[in-house]
Amino acid sequence: MSRIETDTVFVRRDFLSPEPPPASFGGFPGWARRHLFSSPLNIAISLLMLLFVAWALPPLIRWLFVDAVWTGSNREACLPKNGEPMGACWAFVNAKLAQFTFGSYPADQRWRPALVMIVFFLGLAAVAVPGTPGRRRIVWLMLTAFPVAAFWLLYGGLGLPVVETSNWGGLLVTLVVAVTGIVASLPLGILLALGRRSKLPFIKIVSVVFIEIWRGVPLITVLFMASVMLPLFLPNGVNFDKLLRALIGVAMFTGAYMAETIRGGLQAIPRGQYEGAASLGLSYWQSMRLVVLPQALKIVIPGIVNSFISLFKDTSLVMIIGLYDLLGSIQRNFSDANWSTPSIAPTGLIFAAAVFWVFCFSMSRYSMYMERKLNTGRKR
Amino acid sequence: MTLRDKTAEDSPRSWVRAALYDARIRGWVFQAVVLVVLLLLTLWILHNTAANLRAANIPFGFDFLHMRAGFDISQKPIDYTLDSSHAQAFKIGLLNTIILSVLGIVFATIIGFIVGISRLSNNWLLAKAATVYVETLRNIPLLLQLLFWYKAVLSVLPGPRQGYMLPLATNLSNRGLTMPRPIFGQGFDFVMWALLVAAAIAWGLARWARTRQAATGQPFPVFWASAGLVVGLPLLVFLALGAPLTFEIPVLKGFNFVGGMVIHPELIAMVLGLSLYTATFIAETVRAGILAVSVGQSEAAFSLGLQPGQTMRLIVVPQAMRVIIPPLTSQYLNLTKNSSLALAIGYPDLVAVFAGSTLNITGHAIEVIAITMAVYLALSLITAAVMNWFNARVALVER
Repeated sequence: MSRIETDTVFVRRDFLSPEPPPASFGGFPGWARRHLFSSPLNIAISLLMLLFVAWALPPLIRWLFVDAVWTGSNREACLPKNGEPMGACWAFVNAKLAQFTFGSYPADQRWRPALVMIVFFLGLAAVAVPGTPGRRRIVWLMLTAFPVAAFWLLYGGLGLPVVETSNWGGLLVTLVVAVTGIVASLPLGILLALGRRSKLPFIKIVSVVFIEIWRGVPLITVLFMASVMLPLFLPNGVNFDKLLRALIGVAMFTGAYMAETIRGGLQAIPRGQYEGAASLGLSYWQSMRLVVLPQALKIVIPGIVNSFISLFKDTSLVMIIGLYDLLGSIQRNFSDANWSTPSIAPTGLIFAAAVFWVFCFSMSRYSMYMERKLNTGRKR
Repeated sequence: MTLRDKTAEDSPRSWVRAALYDARIRGWVFQAVVLVVLLLLTLWILHNTAANLRAANIPFGFDFLHMRAGFDISQKPIDYTLDSSHAQAFKIGLLNTIILSVLGIVFATIIGFIVGISRLSNNWLLAKAATVYVETLRNIPLLLQLLFWYKAVLSVLPGPRQGYMLPLATNLSNRGLTMPRPIFGQGFDFVMWALLVAAAIAWGLARWARTRQAATGQPFPVFWASAGLVVGLPLLVFLALGAPLTFEIPVLKGFNFVGGMVIHPELIAMVLGLSLYTATFIAETVRAGILAVSVGQSEAAFSLGLQPGQTMRLIVVPQAMRVIIPPLTSQYLNLTKNSSLALAIGYPDLVAVFAGSTLNITGHAIEVIAITMAVYLALSLITAAVMNWFNARVALVER
C-alpha cells in the first residue's frame, strides 16, 4: 500500500458492458467445431472423409443387404436377371451352413460335434467370467474330462460310429486346431521359457535354438514339414493322421511363441520372489510351481489370449496342406457347379471374414478387459 | 561338532548323499540326461529317415538342384526357361519373395504411420475411420484377405478391353496393371550418377549445417536445399544429355495388351493384402510409441519456443522411434514370413516355386524343406541383426 506513489486513486463505480457470450462449446455444434472443423486442414480432412463415406457406404449396403439374394436352392437364384445388378448371394451360405460348420461329418452324427462345441463354449464362458461359482472346478474339468469326452464324441468308438478325421471340416476343424494348439503349446511354452532362463548352459542353448528356429520360419513351411517330412522321420509303416500331423506342427510353432510370452512374465517377477522362495528352502521346481509361475502366468494372461488370437487366425493355413477348415471348406465350395456364380466368392469370403472377426474381436476385447483388471490389482 | 564332521568325512554313503543334493552336480547330471535323450532321438530319426528314403529310392543329396526343372513360372525377374535348373527356379523364387517383401514393407510402413497418427488425430471422423480400419483388418486372417483381394476383387475386374483407364496410360483389368515401360537411352547412367553425387553433397550439406548451427546458432534451410539438389542436379544432367528416356506405351491388340509393363494381379493382391494387414499392426505400434512420449516433453519444447512442427520433428518423433523400432522390426519379419502365403493365390514366391513345384517334381522333401526354412531363418536373423544395430544407435544412452 505504501508503495503507491501517485495520488490519483481510481475506483470504478459502474459496471463494464457485458462481453458477448462465448461461442457455443456445448451440444453438437460445439462438439463438431472442436472435433471436425477446428482448422482449415481439419475441415478439408472432414469433408474428404464425409465424401468417402458417402461414396463407399451406400453401394456397400446395397450389395450386402438390399440387392442381396436371401433364399434359393441353386445358382439360378443368384444369377443376374435382365441386367439388374445382383448383390451378395446369402442363399449360398444358407444352403452350405452345415458344411461350413462341420465339413463332411455324416449328417446323422452332427449332434456330436454340435454338443462338443456347445459344452466348450459354455465351459469357456464359465472360466472366462471372473466370479463364476465353482470356477476352479470347471477349469479342472475343462482340462481333464472335457478333452477325453470331446475326443470320444468327435472320433467315435465305444458304441459310437467312428468318424475319420478326413471327414471333419469347417469351423469344427478350425476350433480343434486352435484349441488343441493352444492347450498343447502352454506346457511346451512354460518348459521352453524356464529353459531359456535356466542357469544350465546346455539347457539354455537347446531352448534358445528351438525357440528361434520355430519363430524364424513361416508357419506354412512348418505345416509343409509336418505333412511331408514327419512321415519320413518315423519308422516305415507308421503313418498317422493328417490332422494330427498338422496339430503337432501347430503346437511346436505356437509353443515357441508362447515361450517368449511367458518369458516376459517370468522377467516381470521381482528377484525377491525367487530369492524368497529359495530362502524358504523350496527346490527349483517347487519354487517355480508354488511361487513364480502362478504370478508370472497371471501377468501374461492377456499375452496368452493374444497368442490365441493369432493362432486362431493362423489355423486358416491348414487349408494349404489339404485340410478343410472354415476357410478351406468355403473355398472348396466355390467350385460347386450347382452354385457357381460370380457373387459366391465375395459372399463366402465375407461370411468367413465375419465369423473370424467375431471370434478374434471378442477375444481381443476380453484380453484388454483382463489387462485392465490385472493392472488394478497390481497398482495398489 | 568335530564328531559329526569326522563321520561325514569317513562314511562313503554321506559323500554320495552330499553329491546327490549338490545343485551343481545335479545340474550337470540333468544336462547330460537331456543331451543323451536328444542324441538318441536324433539318431532314431536319422535311422528312420535313411530307411524310408532307401525304401522310396530317393538318394539324399543336393544334386537335384542341377537337374532340368521342366516347369514354367509366371513371373520371372531373371532369365528362366523350361530347361533351366532347379537352382535357377530357386533363385527366381527367392527374388520374388524379396521383391514382394520389400514392396510390402514400404507400403505397410507408409500406411501404418499415416493410420497410427490418424488414430490420435483431434479430428473425430479421421480417428474413428482409422480405428475401424485397424480393428476390422487386424481381426481377419491374412490368408482370407489375400483370397478376397485375388478372387473377389481382382479376378472380377473387367477384361483389358473394358478395363479402367488410369492416368499415364495405365490400365487396370483382370490381367493386372498395365503401364508404360521406360526405355533407358544412351547416357542414362550419367543421370543415375548425378543422383548419387547429389545425395552425397546433400549429406555433406546436412552435416555442415548441423555443425554451423551448433557453433553459431544460424539455421540453414537444409531440407529445401537438399531437395533442390537431389531433384535439380539429375534433371540438369538429364536435359543436358537430350532426355535419353522414352516410354513404350502398351497397345490393345485383340484381347490383351502388347508392349508396356504388366504387374500381375497375383502380385497386386499380395502387396495389397500384406501391406493393408501389416499396416494395422504398425499403426498400433506407432500409436503406442507416440503415446509413450509424455506430454511434459512437448510442453517443455513449447516453453523453449519451438514451433509445433519442430517439436514433433526434434522432440517427439526421436523419442517415439525408440519405442516404435523394436516392434516395427518384428512386424517387418512377420510380413516377410507371411509373404509365403503367396502359394495360396499362385504368386511364384520361394515356397510356391521351391517347396511347391520343385518338391513335387523331385520328391527331395528333406533337402527342399531344409533349404526353404534356412532361407527364411537367414532372412529373419539378418533383419533382426540390422534392426538391432539401428536400435542400438537410437537407444537411450544411460549413464
